[in-house]
Amino acid sequence: MKTLEDLKKLREKLQADAQIRHADGIRIIVGMGTCGIAAGAREVMTAVLDEVAKRELKNVTVHQTGCIGMCEKEVLVDIARPGEPRVTYGKVKPADVPKLVSEHVVNGRVVEELVVGKIEA
Amino acid sequence: MQHTRAHVLICAGTGCTSSGAKKVEAAFQTELAKQGLQDEVKVVETGCHGFCEMGPLVIVYPEGVFYCRMQPEDVAEVVESHLLKGRIVKRLLYQEPISMERIPSYKDISFYKKQMRYVLGNCGHINPELIEEYIAVGGYEALGKALTTMTPQGVIDEMKKSGLRGRGGGGFPTGMKWQFASNSPGSKKYVICNADEGDPGAFMDRSVLEGDPHRIIEGMAICGYAIGADEGYIYCRAEYPLAIKRLKIAIRQAEEMGLLGTNIFGSEFNFKLKIKEGAGAFVCGEETALMASIEGKRGMPRPRPPFPAVAGLWGKPTNINNVETFANVPQIIQKGADWYASIGTEKSKGTKVFALTGKINNTGLAEVPIGITMREIIYDIGGGISDNKKFKAVQIGGPSGGCLPEELLDMPIDYDSLLAVGAMMGSGGLVVMDETTCMVDVAKFFLNFTQSESCGKCTPCREGTKRMLEILTRITEGEGKEGDIELLEDLGAQIKDTALCGLGQSAPNPVLSTLRYFRHEYEAHIRDKRCPAGACSKLAAYRITELCKGCGLCKKVCPVGAITGEVKGQHVIDPEVCIKCGACFTKCPFKAIVKG
Repeated sequence: MKTLEDLKKLREKLQADAQIRHADGIRIIVGMGTCGIAAGAREVMTAVLDEVAKRELKNVTVHQTGCIGMCEKEVLVDIARPGEPRVTYGKVKPADVPKLVSEHVVNGRVVEELVVGKIEA
Repeated sequence: MQHTRAHVLICAGTGCTSSGAKKVEAAFQTELAKQGLQDEVKVVETGCHGFCEMGPLVIVYPEGVFYCRMQPEDVAEVVESHLLKGRIVKRLLYQEPISMERIPSYKDISFYKKQMRYVLGNCGHINPELIEEYIAVGGYEALGKALTTMTPQGVIDEMKKSGLRGRGGGGFPTGMKWQFASNSPGSKKYVICNADEGDPGAFMDRSVLEGDPHRIIEGMAICGYAIGADEGYIYCRAEYPLAIKRLKIAIRQAEEMGLLGTNIFGSEFNFKLKIKEGAGAFVCGEETALMASIEGKRGMPRPRPPFPAVAGLWGKPTNINNVETFANVPQIIQKGADWYASIGTEKSKGTKVFALTGKINNTGLAEVPIGITMREIIYDIGGGISDNKKFKAVQIGGPSGGCLPEELLDMPIDYDSLLAVGAMMGSGGLVVMDETTCMVDVAKFFLNFTQSESCGKCTPCREGTKRMLEILTRITEGEGKEGDIELLEDLGAQIKDTALCGLGQSAPNPVLSTLRYFRHEYEAHIRDKRCPAGACSKLAAYRITELCKGCGLCKKVCPVGAITGEVKGQHVIDPEVCIKCGACFTKCPFKAIVKG
């Protein structure tokens, strides 16, 4: 390393990994209750992680949550962008994940056909 | 590349390691592999969070859930419930001592809420053995900024403006010290980091060295640039093996990245660092003794002047600062002196780390803005006195400091206010004492420490502290005489005026300050042959009150047969036979036996 610029570039590269500990960005929440897991939440979770990694998204954290009582709509995935309503998507299949990520997470456009509810921020 | 969705931070400081953090870490690796989560969840070893009493500590991100006293057998549950299904394991959360509420998040725990963690900001949040984690949070940018955009004098001016004062105890303005070393002529100069933390109970320096070693390296390099030194030493006690190990790793990594060595950041500035292990003598924390020890001589102080800034290590101009002082440097350069000076009081700027111990609910490291009151530290952060006892005094500043009574709890703490009341900031050890602590005994404890650590070079310290200790021992054993108090005061004043170094000059402080605020306890020992706190065993007198139900338990446990009485009748202790062991006192189910 020879210049301050090199250091700053290195920091940017390294930051993505440490970001998770200071996260206040976009949250993707997968319902991982027994119902969710039975409906395939594990596969959806893996698909989410793959998609986030593939796009090298920064400022995104992936959470899990328990059963919220809409078991028949599982797998449930929530996407919350800072300052925007938290949107719940139902009956999500791994194949839907790329669309959810590209439309909602990256571009902020809600994927209406999968929405089951919204919670105001 | 797989996206890691969760980080499991396991504290690997000395405290948590000794309570079993390594086993917990191994259990996490096994359990994560069992659930197939090893690629999406990362396990990170970190430094100390300062809440060692609650260790082993584990924090799970992104939620920031704080698990305490984690045992290897708890790990499977956390992995399955929390990391797989997203359910927080409530029984492992921290429980507030008063409200008994379980708190999931780190930042909501009352121990942390009032703290202002800058110096300790990275401790517990980054892996101290990876330079990348330090760089990811902005590490070494202050050094880069200083080398590429500031002149050495500019750095010194910034330090002066910040108002930072030496955190080792003396409180000398850091910028001034750097200025003196910079003004001294000569092409060879040294920077020394004093990591010979010796005060009983203080462990903030160890915590920073173990949890964030690169911060110290960066602070020292900035100092080297400012005063024109190309070589530095970290003098660290050998009792801190983990700190030394992490420092060695950190120095090697910094060298590999070109952050130590020659032409750092493409400038003309060269800097290399060495570690010198000390053998753990308390006096080697005194700067001239410390330098003698580095030179391979016996660690004894010498008279000043000349000060180290003029003739220090191997006779060359040298700047010595404490670990916590250096730890403050990068943020001052990075965020600016004005930012730093906005924290604290008029004459004492910034934050100070205190090591909170004693009869208190939450013990550990607390970083607070200078100027906070003792009451806030003890009751808000420390959670109050344990076992619902009454507060009596707080000892601040270790063996050089003093004891403050309840009347001074609301005084804002800074360097000058503490000196005015007969204590000192010292390295920041805080020992809280309750009503069962005898102040004469406390003074004796600290004097015993300084007495055995006295190097013996000057007479006032070598002989004077010994005589004072003899008098104190006599008083606590019920042999005190009229005039002892005056003799203690006289001797104390003499030693303060005539001892060669800081150790001797401050050694009488614990005695003088307890005499100032708790004179009545000394008098009770001498005149009434009584220890009001009931702590001095030779003066303790046990008595059975009318609460006695005549169960006979005390009679059974008494090893010398001093207790007599009929079943269901009042029992009595024969003071002539009683050896004051206290066995009856602890055994009595009706609290009928009183002490003192």
